[in-house]
Parts: sequence; C-alpha cells; structure tokens
Amino acid sequence: MNDVNIRRRDFLKTSVGAAAVAIVPGMMLFDLSHGKPENASGKVRWGMLIDTTQCKTGCNDCVTACNNENGLSGGIRATDSQWIRKIELKSDSTRRELSLPMMCQHCENPPCVDVCPTTASFKRADGIVLVDKHRCIGCRYCMLACPYKARSFVHEPLHDQNPDVPRGKGTVEACTLCVHRVDQGIQPACSEACSNKAILFGDLNDPESEIAKKISSMASVQIRADLHLNPGIRYQGL
Amino acid sequence: MKETQWMRKNHMDLLKHQRDETMRKGIRDEKYSLKNCIECHASTKDDSVIARDDSFCVACHRYEAVKIDCFECHSGKRKSSGLQRGAK
Repeated sequence: MNDVNIRRRDFLKTSVGAAAVAIVPGMMLFDLSHGKPENASGKVRWGMLIDTTQCKTGCNDCVTACNNENGLSGGIRATDSQWIRKIELKSDSTRRELSLPMMCQHCENPPCVDVCPTTASFKRADGIVLVDKHRCIGCRYCMLACPYKARSFVHEPLHDQNPDVPRGKGTVEACTLCVHRVDQGIQPACSEACSNKAILFGDLNDPESEIAKKISSMASVQIRADLHLNPGIRYQGL
Repeated sequence: MKETQWMRKNHMDLLKHQRDETMRKGIRDEKYSLKNCIECHASTKDDSVIARDDSFCVACHRYEAVKIDCFECHSGKRKSSGLQRGAK
C-alpha cells in the first residue's frame, strides 16, 4: 500500500512539473499579448508630423484606413462621422496646390476640454485628447469650440462596432490617435497606411525619436498657432 | 475571477471601476476589462453575450428587468471570433 502511495506521489509531482512546463510558455504569451497595467505616461507627448509635400492630391488612403480601423461608415454627409478628412488647398496668387489630412490636433490646451460641462472631453497624461462616452451627454459644445472642426456627433444607432473602438449614438467622437493601437505600441492606422510616409507618428518629448529630431531640424508649423493651443499635430511644407 | 454569486452581485462595480481606469488613465489591465469578460463568456453558437434571450448577459438582465447600456457602444461579440471560425 505504502509503496503504491509513494509512486502515486511521485507521479503527481512529475506530472505537475510537466504541466507547468507546458502551461508557462502559454501564460507568458497571454501576458505579452494582453494589455499593460501601467498608466499612460505623463513624460510622453504623442504627436504627428505631416509632410504636405509628400501628401498626394486625390489620395485617400489615410481616410480609408481610419474608417476601417475605427468602424466608420466612410460617408461624407453632414451627419456622417469623419475622424480624418483630406483638404485640398489652392493659392489664388501663386496657383500652388496643396493636399493635406486634417483631424483632431490633440492640443495641449484643448478648447473642447475647457467647455465640456461633464468633463467627458479630457486630455490623457500622454497628450491624447479623448471623449469619455460614459460621461458625454451629446451637448456638442466641444464641436462648436474646436477651431479645427475635428469632432463628429453620432446621429444614428450603430451595430457591430470594432471591440477595440466603442462608438454609440448620442455621443461626440473624434480622432483618438488610435489610442488602442498606441497603447499596444503600434502606430496609428493613418500613419501606417500612408504609402508616401507623409504622416510621421512619435513621441515629441523624446529627443531621440525620429519625429523630435525632424521638428528640431526642419521648419514645421501648427495650424492656427495664433490660438496658442499648442497642437500635437504639426505640418511641414505649408 | 471570483465565485458566481459574488460576481452576480458585484460585476457592475468591477466593470465601472475598470472602465474609468482604462478610459481616463490608459490602464489596460485586461483582468477586469469588458472585452476580456466577453472573450470567455460569449456563446459558442454566435460568439455573443447579447444576441439571444438566453445569452450570458441577457438571461439575468431580462429576468431582473435591468437595462444594459454597455452594448449601445461596446461590441457584444468576442474579438477573436473571426480567428476561431477560421480555425474550425
């Protein structure tokens, strides 16, 4: 009897060990593939540098990528959500033509956050301006306050949203800088989709990042810099 | 996670706490995330927690007559559904 028990114990010991060896790599993969438990860091300031000289007139790849990533309909009626849109400019005097993408500029001092009566509009520690739809009452003050016309209101009930991008009727929404991707260490969809590499995404605060090096060595402007909102999106070649 | 009776009483507090942590602070700890709940609790038939009267969320909420607002915005389907269907 005793003999049998010892063997049974040994068997259990080895099988538990074998199970642990089999399970542990799986657990590691699970941990890596899932979210991180840390806060968004206040040391980081996410931003973009858009090179308008590389942005092709008529190309809509960034807009399409945004629509696919975030589950937008892609319609352009006044009631359809647009998180990013292409703008074509032409100077009457020089006849120079320009094409550029326009979206939420992720201001350091965002007017949408100032006016929000429920603090639904807020700026994350890493500079990304978002709408907390749990608090948004759909008053649309932020849409009026935004000088970039970056925000949209959801007018119709929605179905089959992307699990990473919750959206719903009666709330205001805008470019999130693909926050669900950024938190996984992936660049935003528009930046990834641009075949001319016209949209450079990175940390403005990190002097070693490509974007910080570029803005320190080349001329770039913020749109409506006179408002002193300090947008995180900068444009080159305007 | 926790035992069933405890979860029946307290799941809304876990979800509400986690939603503010994730949304406002960017803490994407998946243990209490809605997406993670759905990932396991969604039906094997339709990958959803809300599609039918006996779906995981609907069954109790209908009985208790408590409206669920989560799925006005959030998807009630598991994210990996496409992957799983591909694997079969």
